[in-house]
Amino acid sequence: MWGILRRSIVDGGFSATSLRRVRSALVSSRSYAAAAKEMSVRDALNSALDEEMSADPKVFIMGEEVGQYQGAYKITKGLLEKYGPERVCDTPITEAGFAGIGVGAAYYGLKPVVEFMTFNFSMQAIDHIINSAAKSNYMSAGQIAVPIVFRGPNGAAAGVGAQHSQCYAAWYASCPGLKVLSPYSSEDARGLLKAAIRDPDPVVFLENELLYGESFPVSEEALDSSFCLPIGKAKIEREGKDVTITAFSKMVGLALKAAEMLSKEGINAEVINLRSIRPLDRATVNASVRKTNRLVTVEEGFPQHGVGAEICTSVVEESFGYLDAPIERISGADVPMPYAANLERMAVPQAEDIVRAAKRACFRSK
Amino acid sequence: MAIWLSRSKNLVFGLRQHLGLSGIRRHVSSRSALTAPLSSTAVLRRPPPPILAGFRRESTAAEKQRDLVNQSDEEDVQELDFPGGKVSYTCELKFMPECASRRVPCYRVLDEGGNVIPLSDFSPVSEELAVKMYGKMATLQMMDNVFYEAQRQGRISFYLTSVGEEAINIASAAALSPDDVVLPQYREPGILLWRGFTLQEFANQCFGNRGDYGKGRQMPIHYGSNRHNYFTVSSPIATQLPQAAGVGYALKMEKKNACAVTFVGDGGTSEGDFHAGLNFAAVMEAPVVFICRNNGYAISTHISEQFRSDGIVVKGQAYGIRSIRVDGNDTLAVYSAVRLAREMAVTEQRPVLIEALTYRVGHHSTSDDSTKYRPADEIQYWKTTRNPVNRFRKWVERNGWWSQEEEDELRGNVRKQLLEAIQVAEKSGKQPLKELFNDVYDVPTENLAEQEVGLRELVGKYPQDYPIGFHASDS
Repeated sequence: MWGILRRSIVDGGFSATSLRRVRSALVSSRSYAAAAKEMSVRDALNSALDEEMSADPKVFIMGEEVGQYQGAYKITKGLLEKYGPERVCDTPITEAGFAGIGVGAAYYGLKPVVEFMTFNFSMQAIDHIINSAAKSNYMSAGQIAVPIVFRGPNGAAAGVGAQHSQCYAAWYASCPGLKVLSPYSSEDARGLLKAAIRDPDPVVFLENELLYGESFPVSEEALDSSFCLPIGKAKIEREGKDVTITAFSKMVGLALKAAEMLSKEGINAEVINLRSIRPLDRATVNASVRKTNRLVTVEEGFPQHGVGAEICTSVVEESFGYLDAPIERISGADVPMPYAANLERMAVPQAEDIVRAAKRACFRSK
Repeated sequence: MAIWLSRSKNLVFGLRQHLGLSGIRRHVSSRSALTAPLSSTAVLRRPPPPILAGFRRESTAAEKQRDLVNQSDEEDVQELDFPGGKVSYTCELKFMPECASRRVPCYRVLDEGGNVIPLSDFSPVSEELAVKMYGKMATLQMMDNVFYEAQRQGRISFYLTSVGEEAINIASAAALSPDDVVLPQYREPGILLWRGFTLQEFANQCFGNRGDYGKGRQMPIHYGSNRHNYFTVSSPIATQLPQAAGVGYALKMEKKNACAVTFVGDGGTSEGDFHAGLNFAAVMEAPVVFICRNNGYAISTHISEQFRSDGIVVKGQAYGIRSIRVDGNDTLAVYSAVRLAREMAVTEQRPVLIEALTYRVGHHSTSDDSTKYRPADEIQYWKTTRNPVNRFRKWVERNGWWSQEEEDELRGNVRKQLLEAIQVAEKSGKQPLKELFNDVYDVPTENLAEQEVGLRELVGKYPQDYPIGFHASDS
């Protein structure tokens, strides 16, 4: 805590955000005390879409099965009935097509929310995401803004094999011009999706299929239709002092589980939910490492050129002197995702992997 | 077919019976590919008795007409009922041929001598409009020549000409309204020229100088201007096609009296985006005019290696899109076709496809030497004998609206303006350093701001590595 405040006084400009973080922690703890409402991530996303479509007639949804089928994962349930086929468009199976149409509509001033059934299929449209959406504002010198959101499930599900399980956070986050968000809880889902839709830049919004059904407590503030989370700010899910664990999306849950296991062994871990992969909240991560002096990065995706690699470099560049141990990196296995359940389990990080890495960083084990 | 005829009465541009009939003939001849393999008995009534099943004969013209008429007579025709609607059946095992027996004919108004072909249907063009169109075609031609030379002299890094396609450029622009949103490929600067982009503004973009609206971000010829409803040129081929469907959809939702107009070359129709764009525009009923400049070459790839269909016009029907083939070197034909297409797109809220046949006289770009893959005399032939600018000039002059004196004056003036524009552009300073970091996002992110501070410190610390003129000051 002192580490954060010290840095904020030195650097200036962070004090407002740290105070806000403290304040919001108090607010949410107050609402925890009052009967906290629970909401599934699916409902959180659905309500966010509903409210943003209601508030702004330029927002419209496009994707395969989003309308009559109520959404392949039911995220867009009820929206077709409410807003009609002009604003909830079922598309033919052409990712390149509807991504391109979305970009064109955004060029002209509408605000499309384009759904990919999974981000694995976004590769068939990646030219439109990178070369059209990400770069247009820059290449046109501000004449063509692209206020588009590409959303859908990302990363591994369960037993869906290599072409349905890849995590694309690192791919999209390497491209300037895009913003890349990845929520964990329902509050994240609501606040970040609303922020993404309102943002004038193209946003890649990486959800997780296995999280859709999970429920989380949500504060009163989060249920308000004007609720919005800032883009580029991570959240400290669990404060600690011995080791920093960074994660995003589903891995946050795993990191919290690992932190519980570690606390039984006397290691007090701080878990950071990145929320925003691009821009990455390097300030929060570095401030945390300067406090704990140890870092474990966790991600589901492939290790090479991954999110953890970027975080590692950022910490080495900015907080090298504060590190007491080499940075540990937990990631998915460097293989295309296998199908068989036992093999799949070996290819994805487990809580025990994070615990072992944290202990290594604390020199409690080899 | 009957539906097509009745709709034509609703069109603003009235079609004479002649064109309507030739439309029928064209329609029938392309359908002959479908009806020829069927013996008329199989289409109309029960399947033929086994003895006759192997006996095929060519349908007569009358029988073809009867087939078409009878297909709309639902009581008599036995039909199959599948998702997608009713379809009559046949017991004859015959494939549709890969090509119709006749190629789709090409709409033209002027012959090579610049004379209006008798009984042509076309949209009348006033003296004022004709002179303006000719003037812009000549200007485009000269701009291409001068800027191409500037690249050869090393003054700009790259250039791409539209030589031979001046008619497509200017006539289509003249046929549109200024509210129509244009998504170009890259060989359509004439649209911008028509809409008021100045020669100085073109030069500024090519030099990437202080006056460039693109802030020095893009290669030469990647023009763009919001003011002129002309979206910035993007290098990847055909990406503008589904984007145009998106713009059309946006215009439809806002109920604007405008359409999206997008261009692509013959090569670009091989891209997946061509399929996506046309298919979507048709399904979404978006007001988009797709104009394909079939100029024979995609860099060195001749169209015979690009596709095996009868050009691009036949592909429109595959997507349920109304299509026409036009002589792209005939200014009046292009003007009339685009006018009508635009009208259809806006009033009927549907996409339309125009294939404009033409020839790419210039090299693909300054990075290409087309004499390596095509005969020099072929290029020369199209540059002189089939030159669209000369052809239109003959028609304008024959009407008494243009003279040699005016020609000399125009050419002299434009050349002077072009050389001046280049000189001014060359001397203008470059963009300031801050433009490296602006517009990546709506508001620069923290890390970008940090990087800019870092870079300025570096430039301040090692000024010898960053001499004045390398980057402009921010004032």
